[in-house]
Amino acid sequence: MRFLLRRLGFYLLAAWVSLTLNFLIPRLAPGDPASALQARFQGRLEPSALAAMKKVFGYTDAPLYVQYFDYVKSLLHGDFGISVAYFPARVTEVIGSGLMWTLFLAGTSVVISFVLGSALGLLAAWRRGGWLDSVAPPAFIFLGAFPYFWMAMLLLFSLGFVGGWFPVRHAYADQLTMGWNWPFVLSAIHHAVLPATSIVIASLGGWLLGMRNTMIGILAEDYITMAQAKGLSPSRVMLHYAARNALLPNITGFGMALGFVLSGSLLTEIVFSYPGQGFLLFQAVKSQDFPLMQGLFLSITVAVLAANWLVDVAYVFLDPRTRR
Amino acid sequence: MSFFRDLLQNRKATFGLLILGAFALIALVGPWLVRDPAEFLGDPLAPPSTEFWLGTTRQGQDVFAQTIAGARTSLVLGFVVGLVVTFIGATIGIAAGFLGGWVDDLLSLLTNVFLIMPGLPLAVVLAAYLEAGPASMAFVLILTGWAWNARVIRAQTLSLAQKDFVKAALVGGESRLRIMFFELFPNMTSIIVSGFIGATVYAIGAQVGLEFLGLGDVSQVTWGTNLYWASNNQDLLTESWWTIAPTGICVALVGFALVLVNFAIDEITNPRLRSAGAFNRILAQAGATAGFSTPVLRTQPGSVSSAKADTQVPPVLRTQPGSVSSAKAGSRGPEGEA
Repeated sequence: MRFLLRRLGFYLLAAWVSLTLNFLIPRLAPGDPASALQARFQGRLEPSALAAMKKVFGYTDAPLYVQYFDYVKSLLHGDFGISVAYFPARVTEVIGSGLMWTLFLAGTSVVISFVLGSALGLLAAWRRGGWLDSVAPPAFIFLGAFPYFWMAMLLLFSLGFVGGWFPVRHAYADQLTMGWNWPFVLSAIHHAVLPATSIVIASLGGWLLGMRNTMIGILAEDYITMAQAKGLSPSRVMLHYAARNALLPNITGFGMALGFVLSGSLLTEIVFSYPGQGFLLFQAVKSQDFPLMQGLFLSITVAVLAANWLVDVAYVFLDPRTRR
Repeated sequence: MSFFRDLLQNRKATFGLLILGAFALIALVGPWLVRDPAEFLGDPLAPPSTEFWLGTTRQGQDVFAQTIAGARTSLVLGFVVGLVVTFIGATIGIAAGFLGGWVDDLLSLLTNVFLIMPGLPLAVVLAAYLEAGPASMAFVLILTGWAWNARVIRAQTLSLAQKDFVKAALVGGESRLRIMFFELFPNMTSIIVSGFIGATVYAIGAQVGLEFLGLGDVSQVTWGTNLYWASNNQDLLTESWWTIAPTGICVALVGFALVLVNFAIDEITNPRLRSAGAFNRILAQAGATAGFSTPVLRTQPGSVSSAKADTQVPPVLRTQPGSVSSAKAGSRGPEGEA
């Protein structure tokens, strides 16, 4: 329990650091963000609305610490300001519409890639020097060296555009309405296949190697020799004795890699015009929509922190040493 | 310097270094040998031909020239950022690990916070506020990339700081700063080189990603902006794959080469990871099959690696003293199930 609380404290601190960075970056950057904001909204917002907008970002004449408290207060009230690109929608609404798709796409692909990569790494280490061990690691490292979005472009072009087997844009067919019905779910899965595959291909190698290298270390442990000497079946030794222990470092890595994989999946979304956070980020960059960009940074950070905490909870269940 | 000698003898490292050398040469002299990458030279979106080896862009620019020119800009920035990131990471990591106390608490906390924050969204916000250009790009990449090295190097410092030579230096009255940079730093060559490689891979990948988003200086010719323009012009929808493929393959080759060198470093520092092929050949000669554990062993120089193992007397196996940090791993002999 103490472990989980300590981790929670750390994540809260990390969240605070990122929202403070979010506050400081525009103010330390060259140029005056307040007048930039004004220029961008000129003629589109009532003067009173603009003033309210500035207050949300704390761009007032008040001293910095007052601005800071105003800013934190707005954030705690869930007020991230108004999006420029999707004017007049609020940033929170825009982000909310994309968050679900990102969680679906990135979440599914990360889990698939982790399970598949760890399983392949396990088998590669088990048959050390076999064909899987000699082919898979270099092949996936090579595939992993491509930028995520380039892999996405390749799949989009070959399987989507030329092959025509998969849709090349959006998250579901236009004529369908969102909801829990079969046509919609199937369409959503069909649309997710290509982007998810590109993320899985690009990120699989890391899990594979991590698992393989830990397994090689663990297979040399005395308890493995002991288990074999007792005459336990090979599959039991592999899964119950070796794999369980080898998985632990990979799970720690899982939490740390989430942010990285998510970053990659954001770029993949752009290639497929997938309506998640990454696509919104792209729109925000294109139209210089600073409120949306900053809101996205905060929401993605919070998502990563929350996912990490879930990994910690899982870790407590898996590793008794953390339960002391 | 036996580390660098070992590195050059490793097949993976040699292969990786060869690819890197080729790209370094391309980046160095290539741009003088090709046409102006920015100029409009031919028909728009012409497929690869003898005149334009990799075709042309929508603006009629030479894709081959753009790829070569992009190699210089992207690789220089990648390696410079890699160097700075390594230096910052090493300084913070060594300081945290060696000085301990509140310095360690503070630096470790900072490191972990930066490690867990998703890099790309932060980089996007930073890059959007800064004026586009190589300097801003480098700054953004350094700020989002230093933490991993700091963490790894701190861990290594913690274990090195217990060694006798550090204690001797302390007793000998050397200043802490001197111990950090002249005693600890040189004794972490392999970890620092491997950190540098990781940082460079990150710097090149993240740079290409940010420029692809349009956050670089889009008037410059780099690998990232090449892809930005290709995607902006919807080149895929017109099936002009040649504007996209070369750059991506170059990025992947450089990344692959760097990772290969990193693999080699892993194998040198952790002999258990070394290819089991030689070991299995030796066991086969003795009529034994391998058990699960891969022993830490080294064959006599030149006997097995020359692939003539079958014609020779079984090479003498000997455990490898010294170069293995853990005594347990070093003392274990071959475990064949005869």
